[in-house]
Amino acid sequence: MIRHLARRLSWAIVTLIAVYVITFFMVVMIPGKPFQQSDRNMPIEVERALRAQYSMDNNWLYFWEFLGGAVRLDFGPSFTYNDWTCTQIVAQALPISATIGILAILVAVLIGVPLGVISASRRNSWVDVSIVSGVLIGISLPTFVSGAALMALFAVAWPILPIGGWGTLWHLPLPVITLSLPFIAYICRLTRMAMLDALSSDYIRTAIAKGVEPRDVLWTHALKVAFLPVLSYVGPATAQAVTGSFVVEKVFGVPGMGQHFVNAALNADAGLIMSTVLVFSVLLISLNFAIDILYAWLDPRITMAY
Amino acid sequence: MTNGAADSLVSGRKSCWLRFCANRFAVVGLVVFATVLLIALASLPWTTRWYNVQSLDSAVRAAPMTLPAVAFDAYGKALNHGVRSDWPRLDRFAWRATSWMGHDDLGRSLLCRILPATLLSLIIGGCAAFVAVVVGSTWGATAALMGGRVDAMMMRMVDVLYSLPYILMVILMKVAITRPLTSLLDGHAMLAQLIILVVAIGGVSWLTLARVVRGQVLSLRTQPFVEAARANGAGVFYLLRRHILPNVAGPIVIYATLVIPQAILQESFLSFLGIGVQQPIPSLGRLAADGVESVNAFVGFWWLIAFPCGALVVTLIALNFIGDGVRDAIDPKSSQATLI
Repeated sequence: MIRHLARRLSWAIVTLIAVYVITFFMVVMIPGKPFQQSDRNMPIEVERALRAQYSMDNNWLYFWEFLGGAVRLDFGPSFTYNDWTCTQIVAQALPISATIGILAILVAVLIGVPLGVISASRRNSWVDVSIVSGVLIGISLPTFVSGAALMALFAVAWPILPIGGWGTLWHLPLPVITLSLPFIAYICRLTRMAMLDALSSDYIRTAIAKGVEPRDVLWTHALKVAFLPVLSYVGPATAQAVTGSFVVEKVFGVPGMGQHFVNAALNADAGLIMSTVLVFSVLLISLNFAIDILYAWLDPRITMAY
Repeated sequence: MTNGAADSLVSGRKSCWLRFCANRFAVVGLVVFATVLLIALASLPWTTRWYNVQSLDSAVRAAPMTLPAVAFDAYGKALNHGVRSDWPRLDRFAWRATSWMGHDDLGRSLLCRILPATLLSLIIGGCAAFVAVVVGSTWGATAALMGGRVDAMMMRMVDVLYSLPYILMVILMKVAITRPLTSLLDGHAMLAQLIILVVAIGGVSWLTLARVVRGQVLSLRTQPFVEAARANGAGVFYLLRRHILPNVAGPIVIYATLVIPQAILQESFLSFLGIGVQQPIPSLGRLAADGVESVNAFVGFWWLIAFPCGALVVTLIALNFIGDGVRDAIDPKSSQATLI
């Protein structure tokens, strides 16, 4: 067990370093003038001085300086947002995105798993068919469409919720529900597949033969095994929901991480790009790591393979 | 041999098709998709002429089904369209049809923009899926066949790319290749734009396929028939062409049908964020984004959001139903276990 975890941890660190190197090269390669604030070209001396000030005239030096700062959670200044350090930007936006993302995944698991179990237990009935087609529609629906539809329903036609913005609890439901829709669909689909697999296995037949209540067979015996693939999906899904809700954030005007991903790349804001990528990767890798531990704890066979 | 036995021995391809036809959702999806494609293609002669024609007649903004008295082209020159009696009948019908979905804030016919937009989204999605499939299957198959250190290295690279944020990679890729490609394709800005989008979306969508194909090839490698061929002195390329590729074709096709709607969705997200297809070229995501913006400000113009979103959703649902049917048809084991 310890060996397994140590292996995973060392690999996580190697991945993180590789992510940093790749992002750095892409950032250096990007054409664009991060210091230019307007259409007017700045004098070449000024630009050179600015580059020198941020040690960007020497890529090698910049590489090590940024890495050294990042280890101490100091990502340096943003080039496009004056008077902001990247750490401040991330510190302000990440909690907002994290709230929406984690709530959305929670909602997705709480709705998707039961739907999948019900769908699998009544295979080929009208309940199953409607859940399955609902899942396909959920996967096909772009979040800006579902978001706009929800907004039209609950903020315009029947104005019980605010149309957008951030600050009170009432701002939460619409973005969270919109963001959770595709995840509900995927989790429901995964649960259904795994449940069908589990329900056709021998130990379930034995349990039924022994006279265990059908409800207990379904929700305890089968779901325990069928939940494993869902669990391994939840890790990357959470990272994706926390940092990848650009569209939802744009539709509902939420000041989260999404805008910074897009704007930083478009503005060639080197420091902000690298800090957002590093935050995302650390989040993804540590979530995967946590899921790994949970997985090994739930299913001891995993560690035996090593 | 009796007739009955001969009947049950249908060819693999035919039984595949039969299984596909047995899936009602998939057939409906195929019919809807074919209809959309046909209408979009058949209307090209008119939509390419009128997609950017603006009308300053403010009456057309009131609701769908109102026709402008006078229309202007993109440069403000009056085209003096109105239904003219000397036009061919088909043209007169097409001109009336332009008002069915209303007009946008520049007085452009929404129908004339949605139809080519659907086609364009399908082309971008299809090409991106093709790029993803070619890169992903080559990568996965090479890794599995090389084995050992090369395999480990190649799959670690996939792991690393997985930990990079998807949308940021698309944007960075787009920004990085825009300048060299535009200078290479001097004068074909539109073509350069499309290639950039396709490469950017396809370039980040191949990771899952690489893993799937590698797994398949690894398990095939130890199969007796492959070992027998290798024992007979077959080379890597012969093995790949003759034994490996035909056997991984199934999973590749399944994945390709699922990745097309995803690529279209990616394109619409990019266009929605304003970094996809640029004006005045219409794409479904762009049109939906414009609709969402104008509906926020003026609640009345519902058709600007309803029709583009409707077209996008119908196309995506049809494609997803088809993809599902294809998966069940190619891999009957999965259809035994599941419906989706």
